[in-house]
Amino acid sequence: MEPVISIKGITKTYASGLQALKNINLDIHRGEIFALLGPNGAGKTTLINIVCGIVTPSEGSVCVDGHDILNDYRLARARIGLVPQELLTAAFESVEATMNFSRGLFGKPSDPVVIERILRDLSLWDKRKAKVMTLSGGMKRRLLIAKALSHEPQIIFLDEPTAGVDVELRRDMWEMVRQLRERGVTIILTTHYIEEAEEMADRIGVINNGKIIVVEEKATLMDKLGKKQLALTLQAPLTQLPSELLNYPLELSADGYALTYTFDAQQEHSGIHELLRSLDSLGIDFKDLHSSESSLEEIFVSLVKE
Amino acid sequence: MNIYGIRAIYIYEMSRTLRTITQSIASPILSTTLYFVVFGAAIGSRMGEIDGISYGAFIIPGLLMLSLLNESISNASFGIYFPKFMGTIYEIHSAPISPMEIVIGFVGAAVSKSVILGLLILATARLFVDYEIAHPVWMVGFLLLTAVTFSLFGFIIGLWADDFQKLQVIPLMVIMPLTFLGGAFYSIDMLPEPWHTVSLFNPVVYLVSGFRWSFYGVADVNVATSLGMICFFMLICLAAITWIFKTGYRLKS
Repeated sequence: MEPVISIKGITKTYASGLQALKNINLDIHRGEIFALLGPNGAGKTTLINIVCGIVTPSEGSVCVDGHDILNDYRLARARIGLVPQELLTAAFESVEATMNFSRGLFGKPSDPVVIERILRDLSLWDKRKAKVMTLSGGMKRRLLIAKALSHEPQIIFLDEPTAGVDVELRRDMWEMVRQLRERGVTIILTTHYIEEAEEMADRIGVINNGKIIVVEEKATLMDKLGKKQLALTLQAPLTQLPSELLNYPLELSADGYALTYTFDAQQEHSGIHELLRSLDSLGIDFKDLHSSESSLEEIFVSLVKE
Repeated sequence: MNIYGIRAIYIYEMSRTLRTITQSIASPILSTTLYFVVFGAAIGSRMGEIDGISYGAFIIPGLLMLSLLNESISNASFGIYFPKFMGTIYEIHSAPISPMEIVIGFVGAAVSKSVILGLLILATARLFVDYEIAHPVWMVGFLLLTAVTFSLFGFIIGLWADDFQKLQVIPLMVIMPLTFLGGAFYSIDMLPEPWHTVSLFNPVVYLVSGFRWSFYGVADVNVATSLGMICFFMLICLAAITWIFKTGYRLKS
């Protein structure tokens, strides 16, 4: 299937000399939720801003639904809605007026029915006559989403949508993103809350220092790069690891009561069986054991460190 | 052409005027009225006629021009500066709207405001001073041309300014002296040399002179020269705006 966004060889060097993006190639599939992960300053926002027309790329090209973002900017931009990272809202306009402004700006005739539906979806309908400056932070965040949806785009960029948002509102937003996806909207979100990507994304891209390090289906990424750990709680403390166990990737806790065994989830042979037998033959008793998988967060940290 | 986009910007800007009607309409009318009262009614009666026109009537076109320049510049510059300052300009940048359409929206609104204000001031002046308009069509023409030109100029200032001080510095330090020395209160023919020749380098002289001609049929400089100068300045502003949008100067990184 033809990608809905195709980014080819995008490089961005700012006037200050800072190279924010280095030869980015990325395809976004139609209808997916794509999470772009990366530490602060990795280039996430620059990449989004290039696709949306706010920053001009130094090199490379981007096609949105087959339309080049520079030569065919009207058709490309009309398909996109952008929710910026910061709470950038007008102050003195009413919620309703700012919604109508956004829709008009994107070339659509006013449509009170659509605006009402969006405002209701985001629980802002009661506030439609209120001045934007009187809204709470959470409501402003929702208003920014409402504005981005006002022209019924096929693609939505959410730049750190849940930064500084309370737990309840974050849940609401996740729910809303899922509903949008059900309607066929493609969603690209950046975040550094990794649990957010873990919970929602279909695919994950990791960006660091202006380069895309990895792009994978979420499940594949977690399988491929995830590590499993087996934790054993011992009956009696060990002062040090017996020499027979030195060949295993084992760690002994400071108090000598816990042994942690790390193994690759991908490998068929985990080595647990041999380990347990060795422990048995050495007479090391344990009272509890449990295994755990590394989270996306740990995968991310290890990727970014590399 | 994104007509809905232009309309959205225009309505947004016009509603800003309505929201701030005291500041944007009432206060310039009041301050111009004070000039009429002080210079026209109070002092004017003690002044001799200039070119056969009573002093009170003589200063009307100049005072109107003064308000028109100030209001056009401040409306247009603030209109584009404020979204930049608030950061909400991201929405305009990411919208399917061309630079020319953005200019039409913002400058169109600033021009509308200036012209409405100009006509209101003219109506107010009638309460204090008797005047006539010899060439009404030309009068409206000069009004429009000046409003467009200086709204474009204001738009450039708004794009250029990256703090509130810069937004104010050109209107206060450049435009204000030029208007006061531009023959709003006197005929430049009254000036001794070299000040008469120096005045001819002041673009506002041409605006005021041409505008006064449309009222009373008398002018300090040739009307065609006045018209030419306004058009020339407008073209410079248009060229500057085209350049700004082409290069993304102070707009895009």
